[in-house]
Amino acid sequence: MNGGDIGAVILAVLPLAAAIGAFVRPGAGPTLTLGTGLLTLGAALAVARQALETGSWRQELGGWGAPLGIGWRLDGLSACMLLLTALVVGAAAVYRAAEKPEKPPSEADRYFWPLWLFLWGGLNALFLAADLFNLYVTLEFVSLAAVGLIALAGGPALAAAWRYFLATLLGSSIYLLGVALLYGQYGVLDLEQMAGVLSSGPTTVLAAALATLGLLLKGAVFPLHFWLPAAHGRAPATVSAVLSGVVVAGAFYLMVRLWFGPFAVLLDGGPALVLGGLGAAAILWGGTQALLQRRLKMLIAYSTVSQLGYGMLVFPLVGSGVLAERAWRGALLLVLAHGLAKAALFLAAGCIVRARGHDRIGRLGGPQNGPAWAWLAFALASASLIGLPPTGGFAGKWWLLQSALAAQAWIWVAVILSGTVLTAAYLFRALAGPLTPAVPPVAVSRPPTALAMIALALALGAWALGLLSAPFGRLLAYPLGGA
Amino acid sequence: MTPYLVLAAVLFVLGLHGLFVCRHPLRKILALNVLTTAVFLLLVTVARLAEPLDPVPHAMVLTGIVVTVSTTAVALALAARLAAFGRGTGGKRRTDGS
Repeated sequence: MNGGDIGAVILAVLPLAAAIGAFVRPGAGPTLTLGTGLLTLGAALAVARQALETGSWRQELGGWGAPLGIGWRLDGLSACMLLLTALVVGAAAVYRAAEKPEKPPSEADRYFWPLWLFLWGGLNALFLAADLFNLYVTLEFVSLAAVGLIALAGGPALAAAWRYFLATLLGSSIYLLGVALLYGQYGVLDLEQMAGVLSSGPTTVLAAALATLGLLLKGAVFPLHFWLPAAHGRAPATVSAVLSGVVVAGAFYLMVRLWFGPFAVLLDGGPALVLGGLGAAAILWGGTQALLQRRLKMLIAYSTVSQLGYGMLVFPLVGSGVLAERAWRGALLLVLAHGLAKAALFLAAGCIVRARGHDRIGRLGGPQNGPAWAWLAFALASASLIGLPPTGGFAGKWWLLQSALAAQAWIWVAVILSGTVLTAAYLFRALAGPLTPAVPPVAVSRPPTALAMIALALALGAWALGLLSAPFGRLLAYPLGGA
Repeated sequence: MTPYLVLAAVLFVLGLHGLFVCRHPLRKILALNVLTTAVFLLLVTVARLAEPLDPVPHAMVLTGIVVTVSTTAVALALAARLAAFGRGTGGKRRTDGS
């Protein structure tokens, strides 16, 4: 066993064990979660180091290989997603632990930390899993924990949680139908084994379409994004940060794994264009909707719909074969930078809501003695989302753009650039909030500066991703030829 | 084995229809259950079609049933809270979730 193997075991087992601990002893929840966070971060770093050294490797649990046993497959991409999860979920956990509750703790609060840890364990397992059915189980795991976390907020969040539940469960069932059809055709579940035997045919195309449709629904890709804004806008700031930063990216990750793994033979032409077209529509529609929102958290939620569209451009741009590797790295780096920046935005918005008692953009003016640091974090995270150098958002978008220019794919170039203009427009509109003339100055409470500092740290993480784009680019090596 | 495949397809469409058309949360939950059962039926048929019999889909269906029990439990808990919240706001908020 090398360091990466041990790291992977910690990543899968520790959050689940801690979740049970936090359920049995509610008082120990924050301590258990923060301890898990530190160990998980170390484990994710160990996996990343191993991935830099050896590329990709498989881990057969208990020595039982596929098709009978359960295997994990680790490479640079999964290491990056694990790192992102550890950073975002960990930072949001610190935020939640440092936040003094506004209301006296209710019965629902004792379920927060167990659900949080289950979500964490499910995400880690999703990024480790290597076969279609385990991926289904981890997807369900993540969905149920996420639904629970939204519903804990109570009140209007319940309706949002219900819609999210129906959408995500339908997505899982459609995905499972696709998996069942694929199994009926080929008799394998392991992604690598399937990549070896998959050939084009009507049933295979139908199965791939179904699996992808389910994931599009779970990933809130336009036009199946209808559930996202309410769910992410209504949830508490910490939960929104994790849902928008990591959970949605999980469905995208799986799409990338499928279409550049077993489905790669089908990607050319139609599917790549359809997926890219949906991404382009998401960028424009999500951006326009974000521009029209009156409430800060809804604006950020629509921005998630828009920004994930950039990730979807990976399919046509890598499929075109011109500077494919650069497009691949660019799109994935963008998703990573988005995860950090979006979590920072939601946590900053959480500080602002605590200070002002509401998040209506037009009424956030006046003296900002409480949330000034939160606005700074908001501005720094915005710079990464817009794609200003030297942020991670810039590096990713630049690589994506280079590939589109080299392929002379002017439509994608136009979409990338107009999406950037839209992003800048809606984020500047949000940033104008504190500068509007003060309506009766209301200061509800002054949030602890530590909360804004956590948002600031995540925003700076998105900047650091730009400065570290070389090692991350190496980590995200393009897995040409098979899975 | 074709009748079973057709039945699975019919059940799946039936579940989809129920999910989109029914307004009551309980009916939506039942529709989701029918939908998942259709997929399980397909998997079991796949197992029967294989030569020799293939045990892997059976294991998948067993795991799937456990997952479905959990999701149904969560759905019921959520629907109950939603109904309580709807009553709390004087029935102004309908609990249809559509």
